[in-house]
Amino acid sequence: MSEFEPSILCFACNWCSYAAADIAGTSRIHYPPNVRLLRVMCSGMVDAEYVMKALEAGFDGVMVAGCHIGDCHYISGNIKAQEMVTRLKKLLHILGLEDERLMLKWIATSEGPIFAETIKEYVEQLKKLGPSPFRKELVT
Amino acid sequence: MSLEDIIQETKTFYCLDCGKCTGLCPVSRYNPAYSPRVMLENALFGFQDDLTYNHDLFSCLTCYACSSKCPGDVDYPLFIQKARALALDAGQHGDCAHSGTVQSLARLMSNPGVSQNRLEWLSDGLRISTQSDTMFFVGCAPYFEHIFDFDSGAIDAVKASLKILNHCGIEPVVLPNERCCGHDMLWTGDVETFRRLAEHNAAIIKEAGVKKIIFSCPEGYRTFKEDYPKYVDIDCELQHISEFLADRIAENGLDFSEVKRKVTYHDPCRLGRHLGIYEQPRKVIAALPGIELVEMEHNKEESLCCGTSAFVNCDSCSKQIRVDRLLEAKATGADTLITSCPKCQIHFRCAMTNKGEEKGPDVEIEVMDLVNLVANALGDGHNE
Repeated sequence: MSEFEPSILCFACNWCSYAAADIAGTSRIHYPPNVRLLRVMCSGMVDAEYVMKALEAGFDGVMVAGCHIGDCHYISGNIKAQEMVTRLKKLLHILGLEDERLMLKWIATSEGPIFAETIKEYVEQLKKLGPSPFRKELVT
Repeated sequence: MSLEDIIQETKTFYCLDCGKCTGLCPVSRYNPAYSPRVMLENALFGFQDDLTYNHDLFSCLTCYACSSKCPGDVDYPLFIQKARALALDAGQHGDCAHSGTVQSLARLMSNPGVSQNRLEWLSDGLRISTQSDTMFFVGCAPYFEHIFDFDSGAIDAVKASLKILNHCGIEPVVLPNERCCGHDMLWTGDVETFRRLAEHNAAIIKEAGVKKIIFSCPEGYRTFKEDYPKYVDIDCELQHISEFLADRIAENGLDFSEVKRKVTYHDPCRLGRHLGIYEQPRKVIAALPGIELVEMEHNKEESLCCGTSAFVNCDSCSKQIRVDRLLEAKATGADTLITSCPKCQIHFRCAMTNKGEEKGPDVEIEVMDLVNLVANALGDGHNE
């Protein structure tokens, strides 16, 4: 049997993390292809519903990536994201999901290498955890 | 199920077109565009699209105010329940409140691979067992604790219920992997998820070998009592905690300390009009020494709904229904509004969180679950 390849959905903020992913790409930094990036205008617009839907759809891990606190393009969107993630993690814990299934990470525009590194680490973490109980085989 | 089947099952063709339903409907009072009578008429004329693509289809509170007075005995809430399944098939769904987390959780829980950590709220003072004949159904309370940005009070009611059961010498079975009862799924038209949840619950209850299940949540109680038998076998006696308490009080009396409160009781739709349980909660309240129970203008069969059901289509209309109900409670002069439904409490508490410039009329009143009131009076001294 082939090794378990986790699938990750990453909500990336237009102003920082998405640009960081771009930098990682243009700088030809390799990172695992397990992640699907979804550009959002701000991490603060990532609703709990989006994360839940991603888990329902069978993703093994969901990542919300935004600007560092204080750097938000819309002043305080990332604080909203932080509150959402904190609350949702408690719910997911009761549901029996590991803490790592939902990750919040601040990545600035210039931090392309950090973006690549984060994805690499996250894939390793999820490989150790194994598939999500809601996993469905995604089309890759 | 086709529209024709739904009409047959809910006896919609008995509709006399009298409009009593619309006159009584709490939603129609604030949203004149919504009319149960017109909904039925559309169905009878066979205008399926007018029904399924009508956004207001999900506004119905399924509170049974209409059907309780319908001269043709049309089961309108059941009609709505089935019509929503049709609408869902057509890709329509209501606006889910609270980011749709409640619905998502139910769908995720219907997955067989889930193993939850749902008993972390258990504290040392509460005794449960694995051998008892009696089971206590916790429901969604552990989740409710973290969904809302105000204190929902749901888990406190569960703790209070366990305290009461312990006090009565019962150490109930509390299953670590019970699922959502599926109430919200059924009433928003997602019958498939409901069936999976029901099958799972039925299987683990059978495995636990209990003979009696006690509920503190009227929605769970209603679902087990009225809806589960259509899908699964639950061979147990079912009881709401207010019924249990009323029986106990009638049998041998419980030793309560004095409660200095003036309270009013709000009948949850599920317990009241759905199942006809009006007297037991009032008997329980009356058994508390020192308490004064005053009735609101609308009580028992005429009780008003708390404004939202199944966490869909919660809008300004729902808010107005809530504010009206809270004002009615305040008008009685009571200092506490007692109810026995966690969701009614959530909705009332939510309506009270609006503060600031445009907060509207003052609706602040203490909202409390019946079980909390009783548990506080059960002799450990710190009652108010």
